[in-house]
Amino acid sequence: MFSLDRWDVAYTNLIKFSVCFIILCVLIGLFLAILLDQKIRVEGALRAMYLYPMALSFIVTGTVWKWILNPEFGVERIVQNLGFESFTFDWLVNPEMSIYTVVIAGIWQSSGFVMALFLAGLRGIDNQIIHAASIDGASLPTIYWRIIIPGLRPVFFSVLIILLHIAIKSFDLIIALNNAGPGYSSDVPATFMYTYSFSRGQIAIGSASATIMLMVIIAIVVPYLYSELRSEKHA
Amino acid sequence: MKSKNNIQRIVKSLVLASTLGLSSVVSAGEVEVLHFWTSGGEAKSAAALKELLEAKGHQWRDFAVAGGGGDAAMTVLKSRAVAGNPPTAAQVKGPSIQEWGNEGVLANVSAVAAEGDWDNLLPSVVANVMKYEGDYVAAPVNVHRVNWLWANPAVFEQAGAALPNTWDEFFDAADKIKAAGLIPFAHGGQPWQDFTVFESIVLGTGGADLYNKVFVELDEASMKSDGMKKSFEILRRLNDYTDAGSPGRDWNVATGMVIEGKAAMQVMGDWAKGEFTNAGKMPGKDFVCMAAPGTADAFTFNIDSFIFFDQSDSGARDAQNALAATIMEPEFQQVFNVAKGSIPARLNMPREPFDACALTSMDDFVKTAETGGLVPSVAHGMAAYSAVAGAMSDVVTKFFNSDMSAEDAVAAYVTNVMEAKASL
Repeated sequence: MFSLDRWDVAYTNLIKFSVCFIILCVLIGLFLAILLDQKIRVEGALRAMYLYPMALSFIVTGTVWKWILNPEFGVERIVQNLGFESFTFDWLVNPEMSIYTVVIAGIWQSSGFVMALFLAGLRGIDNQIIHAASIDGASLPTIYWRIIIPGLRPVFFSVLIILLHIAIKSFDLIIALNNAGPGYSSDVPATFMYTYSFSRGQIAIGSASATIMLMVIIAIVVPYLYSELRSEKHA
Repeated sequence: MKSKNNIQRIVKSLVLASTLGLSSVVSAGEVEVLHFWTSGGEAKSAAALKELLEAKGHQWRDFAVAGGGGDAAMTVLKSRAVAGNPPTAAQVKGPSIQEWGNEGVLANVSAVAAEGDWDNLLPSVVANVMKYEGDYVAAPVNVHRVNWLWANPAVFEQAGAALPNTWDEFFDAADKIKAAGLIPFAHGGQPWQDFTVFESIVLGTGGADLYNKVFVELDEASMKSDGMKKSFEILRRLNDYTDAGSPGRDWNVATGMVIEGKAAMQVMGDWAKGEFTNAGKMPGKDFVCMAAPGTADAFTFNIDSFIFFDQSDSGARDAQNALAATIMEPEFQQVFNVAKGSIPARLNMPREPFDACALTSMDDFVKTAETGGLVPSVAHGMAAYSAVAGAMSDVVTKFFNSDMSAEDAVAAYVTNVMEAKASL
C-alpha cells in the first residue's frame, strides 16, 4: 500500500487538512467566543446564527460550498462580474489547492460549534479572578492571555479531541464537495479506504488503510488523553 | 490468496447451510431481482421486465438499490451472498461474473440457453462474458456502445469547422470552435469520465490491437509502446479545450452543454442519447452521433447482464429459468433497449423501432464482431477486474489533472497495473 501514489496523496492530505482545520477552527471559534463574551446586545441571536451551520449535515455543507466555489457560477464569477476581470479563485478545480476547499467548508461548519464550547467555558470562569486581575491593573488582552485562556484548558482538550476525530473520519464532506477530485487530488484515508474496499474489492488494501487510520488516532489521542488526565489529578 | 480461499469456504458453507433450509425464504414461483435501475428511464425499463415475467405467471419481487453507480447494490449483494441468502438474480456485468463464478454460488442456465439457441444469437465475444467455465450463468439485457462522439452541428457551422474523423481533425475543429468563443470539448472531470475518454483515445490511436493488449491482456511491452505515449499526449491536449468548470461535473451536465450549444462535442457512451432525445432533439438534425475519432472500425461494448444464483427451491428455480428466457426474448430486448437508448444484445432484431444512432450501433456491432474490432470497455468494468481497472483509472485521472509528462504517465501506468495484477 505504501508504494501507491494514491495513498501518499491521501495521507498528506489528511495532515494538511487536520492541521489547517484544527488550528483555524480553534482560533476562529475562540475569537468569536471572546467577542460574544463582551456582553453585547442580541447575543442570543448572533450565537444562534454562528451555530446554525452545525445543524446542517456535512453533505449539505459540501454541496453548498461546491456551488459557491465553482469557478463557473460561484465566487469567481461574481467578483469578475463586479469588474475585476483578472480575478481567479479556482481552488475547487485546482488539484494543488482542492484539499483547502475542504478546509474552508469544514471550518464554516465546525467553528460555530467550537465557539459555543469556548463560550460555555468562558462563562464558567470565576468573575472574581477577573475582577481581581483588573484591580491589579491588568489590561483586558493580558487578562485574556494570562488568565482566561489558561483557564480554558479543559475546554481546549475537548475541542481538540472532537475536531481531531472529525478531521480523521471526514468522508461525507469530501464526497459531497468534490468527490475526492479533481482526479484523486483531495483523497483522504477515509475515501481511500472506501474506494479500495467497496468499489474495487481490494479488501486487503482497504483494511490496511483502515488499520492505519486507527493507529494514527491511537498514537495521537492516547498520549494526549494520558497527559491531560494525569495533570488533572495533580491539580 | 489465502484470505480469498477462506472467504470462499465461508461462502460455500453458508450456501450449504441455506440449502439445508436454514434461511431459505424464497417462495415458489417468485424471483427476487437485485438491480440499480432507479432513474426515470431505467426504472421504466426494469418495469418492462417485471410485466413480461408476471405475464408468465411468476411473481417479481423488486430489490432496487440506488446509489454509487451500482457500488451500493454490490455491497448489499456481497452481504446477502455471504449470509447465504442471495437474490434470484442480480445485475452484475463483465469480469465480475467470473469473480462470482469463483465463489461457486451461481446457477447454471445452460439448459435455457440451449433451448433459446443463445450460442447463435450472441456474438462469441459477448457469449464468453456470460459463461463461467463454459456454462451460461448470466443473461445479457443490452449493449451500450461507449466510443461515441456527440456533437452539436449548429456549433460547428457557426465556427466553420468540420466534424472530425481523426484526432488531428478533432484538434483542427477544436481550434476553430475555441476561436469562435465556444467550448470545443464538454467534459466532466470525474475519474470514470476521464477514463472513458482515454479508452477511446487509445482505441483511436492504436486500434483494437493495442486496446486489447493494454487493457485486456495487460501486456507490459504494449503498455510502454509509443501508442500509449501518444494517447496520453492527446489526453493532455484535450485539457486546453475544456472549460474551467469541468472538474467534478456530472456527465449529463456536460451533455446539457452540447445540447444548449455552449459546447461542441462530448465523448460519452450511448446513454447520452437519452439526454438529447429527452430535450426534444432529433438525431442527425439537432445532434450528431458518430464514432469517437479514429474508432469507426471498432466498438467498445458495455453490456448489462443478470447473473443467477443457485436456488434450492424448485419453484424458485422454475421462475429463475423463466426469467433467463424472458430476458433473451426479442420482445423484452426491444422494449427495454428502445427505452434505455442501448441496442439489443441478441442479433437479427427488427430495426423499425430504433433511431438512427441505434441503427448505426447495431450495424457496427455485427460488423466489428466479425472483424475483431469488438472490444470490451475497460472504463466500464468490462475488460479487467475492478482492482486492475481502478489502478489504470488512477493514473489516467492523475495525469489529466496534473502536469505529469506522458513518459512519467506511461511509467506510472505500468507499475500501477503490474502491482494490481500481482495482487489479484
